[in-house]
Amino acid sequence: MTDQTQNSVAFVAESIIPESPPPARERGIVKWLRANLFSNVTNSILTLATLWLLYLVLSSTLPWIFNGVWTTSSLNECREVLDGKVGACFSVLTERWNQLLYGFKYPYDSYWRPNLALVLLLVAIAPVLFFDLPRKMLAFTVIYPFLAFWLIWGGTLMAPIVAFVGFAAAAAFFQHFGKGSFALGFFGAIVVAFAVWILGGMLIPEGASENAMLSPVPSRDLGGFMLNLMLGVTCVSLSLPLGIALALGRQSDMPLIKWVCVVFIEFVRGVPLITLLFVASVMLSYFFPPESTVDLFLRVVIMITMFSSAYIAEVIRGGLAALPKGQYEAADSLGLDYPQAMRLIILPQALKISIPGIVNVAVGLFKDTTLVSVISMFDLVGMIRGPILASTEWNGVYWELLGAAAALFFVVCYGISQYSQWLERRLATDHR
Amino acid sequence: MSELALDREIDRTKMQVSDEVAIQISNMNKWYGTFHVLRDINLTVNRGERIVIAGPSGSGKSTLIRCLNALEEHQAGNIIVDGTELSNDLKNIDKIRSEVGMVFQHFNLFPHLTILENCTLAPIWVRKTPKKEAEERAMHFLEKVKIPEQADKYPGQLSGGQQQRVAIARSLCMMPRIMLFDEPTSALDPEMIKEVLDTMIELAEEGMTMLCVTHEMGFARQVANRVIFMDAGQIVEQNEPEEFFNNPKSERTKLFLSQILGH
Repeated sequence: MTDQTQNSVAFVAESIIPESPPPARERGIVKWLRANLFSNVTNSILTLATLWLLYLVLSSTLPWIFNGVWTTSSLNECREVLDGKVGACFSVLTERWNQLLYGFKYPYDSYWRPNLALVLLLVAIAPVLFFDLPRKMLAFTVIYPFLAFWLIWGGTLMAPIVAFVGFAAAAAFFQHFGKGSFALGFFGAIVVAFAVWILGGMLIPEGASENAMLSPVPSRDLGGFMLNLMLGVTCVSLSLPLGIALALGRQSDMPLIKWVCVVFIEFVRGVPLITLLFVASVMLSYFFPPESTVDLFLRVVIMITMFSSAYIAEVIRGGLAALPKGQYEAADSLGLDYPQAMRLIILPQALKISIPGIVNVAVGLFKDTTLVSVISMFDLVGMIRGPILASTEWNGVYWELLGAAAALFFVVCYGISQYSQWLERRLATDHR
Repeated sequence: MSELALDREIDRTKMQVSDEVAIQISNMNKWYGTFHVLRDINLTVNRGERIVIAGPSGSGKSTLIRCLNALEEHQAGNIIVDGTELSNDLKNIDKIRSEVGMVFQHFNLFPHLTILENCTLAPIWVRKTPKKEAEERAMHFLEKVKIPEQADKYPGQLSGGQQQRVAIARSLCMMPRIMLFDEPTSALDPEMIKEVLDTMIELAEEGMTMLCVTHEMGFARQVANRVIFMDAGQIVEQNEPEEFFNNPKSERTKLFLSQILGH
């Protein structure tokens, strides 16, 4: 040190200065707090106000949750146990859990069937959602709808087999004849499918379901969150292809196809879903032949699918409109025909742009499945509003039940949202 | 502007114009609504010709070559490409499109596919070429346009000039007999213009039949065997490049040339 002051030009360090930590206010949690919560007066006030609000909310909800009672058999017993303290009566969830999930009529000893169907759903849906998985897994995805139908509704195995054969025959017909003429392939395939179903229906003997391996369960007996999941999965997976077809149809050069699509989309979008559901439950039977009993579940699926496919069509139309015209021209100039250009060039890009919108519709649709409670189907909300809240034991347990319903829906919807964000990142190739 | 900076001699040995007709346009007219865009176009292109189409903007040059592969529809007259008449028959249109390559001003590569996939897509789906063979051919043409190392990248990662060369390679992978260029260098920086023009010159040296809408008069002078000048939807003048540039006949051509060569 003295050396340095005496002889300031020439300087040799005598030792290496040891590394030392930064001052306390510049590191770790203190620095973070200063930077993020108390950087100036306004921020400090806002931070304190937020903390106070958080305290207010948590101080009233946490005791309610932690004092919760899980093991009583009625609301009155809950009140006795709590003895004037604040606390939730979660017993309704434990006692009625099966009803919340499966409805109140699904046979208890058959709960394993929807459970198995759910597990298999995850297997079937995996190769669709995560396209890096081996493509051979898609074979199971093709069989799954028929398998799930058999598991959940039970009855004779012939029914799903005939349905499957009908679809397979239609697909084969389209493969063979669709190349020459699309119209012949398309309408021929529909005729073939119906022919197989009618013939197959005659082959199934009367009462075949009665002694079937899995006891038959009518659609009326489905309920609970299971019903919401079934409606959600079925309608989303049907309305996506239908929505694509409608969006392409709306852009078609052929006036008839174009106007059919425009009228369908505009009409269905202009009508509340709930009126469509009423039509499904009451009026649709007028349109079918009097002796035919088209299943209520199927009628509801048709209506919700129509409704959401109109929305999805508009979302996809937005994606199609966002593509530069040059992409169509490049595909055309290479000699790709219309189906090839759409499948290989246009739709992959348009769908990628539309992912947030499609997911938005899918999440909305899934939550809208609770509307079926209005036409007296006992889905999760229908179960809560109907049999559970109306029972003498649990009359008045609103928060716990609706909170649980919200939590169940949130888990699924949040999962869908996270998946869509992963998908967007995975498909990003523009490197902006 | 007038001279093409080319650091080598152009090899003219294969630039042979044959007697075989590649494209025949007779009395072709086109309207956009009531606007008469193309008026009475008559043009015969022989195999091996390198034609540059010049003219002020809005004169219908792009529309003309876009009619040749039916990206635009013509309302009167005949167009015969490679012996097939362009009509509303979709089969004919697809056949012609697969024989005629087209390069666009804005490249129009497929952004969701890699460079290699861009080049193999049409051969695999239209020509039904086995995937391996299509990939080998794609690599061959990518080497030719000097970017084989970019094969696994996406178009968004390439410069404009590289993208345009990929677009040329993508067209070549279909083994076209005719190539159409619609202002291929207009969206590029000067440096990149040169690399794209080099590629086009190499193509010309191999005897490809080319129709090129461009403002690169140096390219027209050195590579083309015929220059066509269009204005207001009609062919005003056509001639060999030497005559066209040194001794234009029509007043409109003189004005145009003085404007684009004058500075």
